[in-house]
Amino acid sequence: MNKRILSGTHLFQGDEACVEGAIAAGCNLFAGYPITPATEISERLSWRLFDVGGIFVQGADELDSLTIVIGAACAGWKSMTATSGNGICLMQECIGYAAITETPCIIVDVQRAGPGTGAATKTMQGDVYQVRYGSNADYSIIALAPESPQEMFDLTVEAFNLSETYRVPTFILADEIVGHMREKVVIPEKVKIIQRKRAKFPPQEFLPFKVESDTDVPPMPAFGEGYRMPVSGLTHTETGSPSTDYEVQKRMVSRLWNKVEKNVEKITKIESAYLEDAQVIVLAYGSVARSAKSAVLEARRQGLKIGYLRLITIWPFPDKVIENIAKRKPKAIIFPEMNMGKMVREVKRVAGERTKVISFPKPGVELHKPKEIYNLIRRVTN
Amino acid sequence: MKKHPALKYFRFDRPGNPHLWCPGCGIPQIWYYTIKAIEELKLDIDKILWVGGSGCTGRMCTYWIGDYFHTLHGRPLGFATGVKLANPELTVICHMGDGEVAGIGGNHLIQTARRNVDLTAIVVNNFNYGMTGGQFSPTTPRGAFTMTSQLGHIEYPFDLCKLAATCGATYVARWTTFHSRALINSIKKGIQKKGLSFIEVISQCPTQYGRRNKIGNGMQMMKWFKRSSIRKEKAEKTPKEELKDKFIVGEFVDIEKAEFGASLRGLIKKRRKESVKN
Ligand SMILES: Cc1ncc(C[n+]2csc(CCOP(=O)(O)OP(=O)(O)O)c2C)c(N)n1
Ligand SMILES: [Mg+2]
Repeated sequence: MNKRILSGTHLFQGDEACVEGAIAAGCNLFAGYPITPATEISERLSWRLFDVGGIFVQGADELDSLTIVIGAACAGWKSMTATSGNGICLMQECIGYAAITETPCIIVDVQRAGPGTGAATKTMQGDVYQVRYGSNADYSIIALAPESPQEMFDLTVEAFNLSETYRVPTFILADEIVGHMREKVVIPEKVKIIQRKRAKFPPQEFLPFKVESDTDVPPMPAFGEGYRMPVSGLTHTETGSPSTDYEVQKRMVSRLWNKVEKNVEKITKIESAYLEDAQVIVLAYGSVARSAKSAVLEARRQGLKIGYLRLITIWPFPDKVIENIAKRKPKAIIFPEMNMGKMVREVKRVAGERTKVISFPKPGVELHKPKEIYNLIRRVTN
Repeated sequence: MKKHPALKYFRFDRPGNPHLWCPGCGIPQIWYYTIKAIEELKLDIDKILWVGGSGCTGRMCTYWIGDYFHTLHGRPLGFATGVKLANPELTVICHMGDGEVAGIGGNHLIQTARRNVDLTAIVVNNFNYGMTGGQFSPTTPRGAFTMTSQLGHIEYPFDLCKLAATCGATYVARWTTFHSRALINSIKKGIQKKGLSFIEVISQCPTQYGRRNKIGNGMQMMKWFKRSSIRKEKAEKTPKEELKDKFIVGEFVDIEKAEFGASLRGLIKKRRKESVKN
């Protein structure tokens, strides 16, 4: 098992597929604290990573884990952690630190029902805000929501690539269902891998946080490469010097924000079907999308003009995608979510008065049944 | 005028003129002692990483000319572990405050010592939270006055060296800013040791601690350290009552033990061998 890419067809749990995605993408270090339903990620990595010359560490807690992950990333390695909602709570300070230091790192959140300890073995989509807004002040992150073990593989590779490209913490926002279900996973012969940008200038001419080209992302030398990198969680100038100046703050925060938000169209991934003639659109993400898809197919069989839209990228929020469907003024957008209605606020913000946005919340533990979504479609179309 | 020998290792474009520490503070002294150790060991600047957290001590790294990692309050050892695992060639030196290492970051110390990660952890113990204005810390002595123990401190302080030793550090020493040569030697030993080296430096914070406890300015505080220090060897033969209010200085632990990163890399080799066999 010393191959990085386990090409072939497998029957994998979502958590296992995530591990293979990480290793295929070049992950060299994982540190994580056991927590249901993400523990299987640690367990598989605890031997699999050593096979490919990487290192697995069981963190003493989530703070220990993410500090180790960020440290390894600053030394030039690709690294990852995995946890669930209450683990994310503990990681928030480190997430902000990764954001301000622009350190690529992958945080897999296999969501469970909460709040608090909640129902550890059950599912929920409760963390969509805390991964986006959980740390203090303003920064951007990327979050991808897989719907299947196959996507746990594909999107983990993608997450590494995005994280390296934009130098931001990137989340796999899975949930217990996707993490624990077993399905066919096809791993290709080769995967596309992106490495972080390296400095073009020799150390004497290099400014650590100066943007070299039209992007908002500076190149990132590793510690020990002679660039004398000043990495700090303080507001800093292009030289890395701490500053409390308004202009410095404005420039830095704008860049941390814009480097993701301005590239939202490049980052966005969606899946859609039957939008052309749709009078009502069912919108979903993550495991709920499986039930949504099933309900839409049934409605189509019954001759109803129902469209389907799945957000794969949930942060940065794809305003344009919602804008485009709102423009067509469908009768309604139905949005089932396994929380009390979180992402629906984003949809309402973009859609405005142009269409009715109907939230279908469920508070966790139980996934929406296709029938429940189908019944709602019926009520809305009648 | 003769230039200070440490200046060639100093970043001049950082806040303060030339730095942000108060007059009489012990931190710049320890900064220089660290430089002396690096110089005497003839280490390559580009293969050294200085790590710090948040606090007056935490700012030490931001003046170091080479790579630095100015991390979160209390968590330098976690970040440093990650770096060291990815690049074992680097010499990683962490400076932390007493509040960081024994309060908010206590678990990082415990776990890093238990794992025996090859890092040098230098703790500046100024008996209080200096940067936030002098509140009590887990090392503040009973009875001392700080901004949050204005009625006299009622908690018991940690013995940081005993803590580190119990948790498994392979080199443990305590000095004060008065013991410059011994401290430099300890830092050198710590850097060379393959494992976690823990060096506590009792240091003066005249602005907060010295003033509120009527000990005086930086010089007077150092005289207090000189007066109150007793070597470990001598302390062992001294009755307990006489050791009250004394700083026991010296080397407490100096052992060899498998280091964390090396052991982890051993697992890579082990799996390679197994896969060849199969
Ligand atoms: C999570 C968090 N809590 C609180 C602080 C505020 N804070 C910054 S420095 C500091 C105290 C530092 O004391 P110590 O570690 O002893 O270092 P010193 O300043 O005395 O060198 C505190 C409480 C912080 N930066 N982060
Ligand atoms: Mg202190």
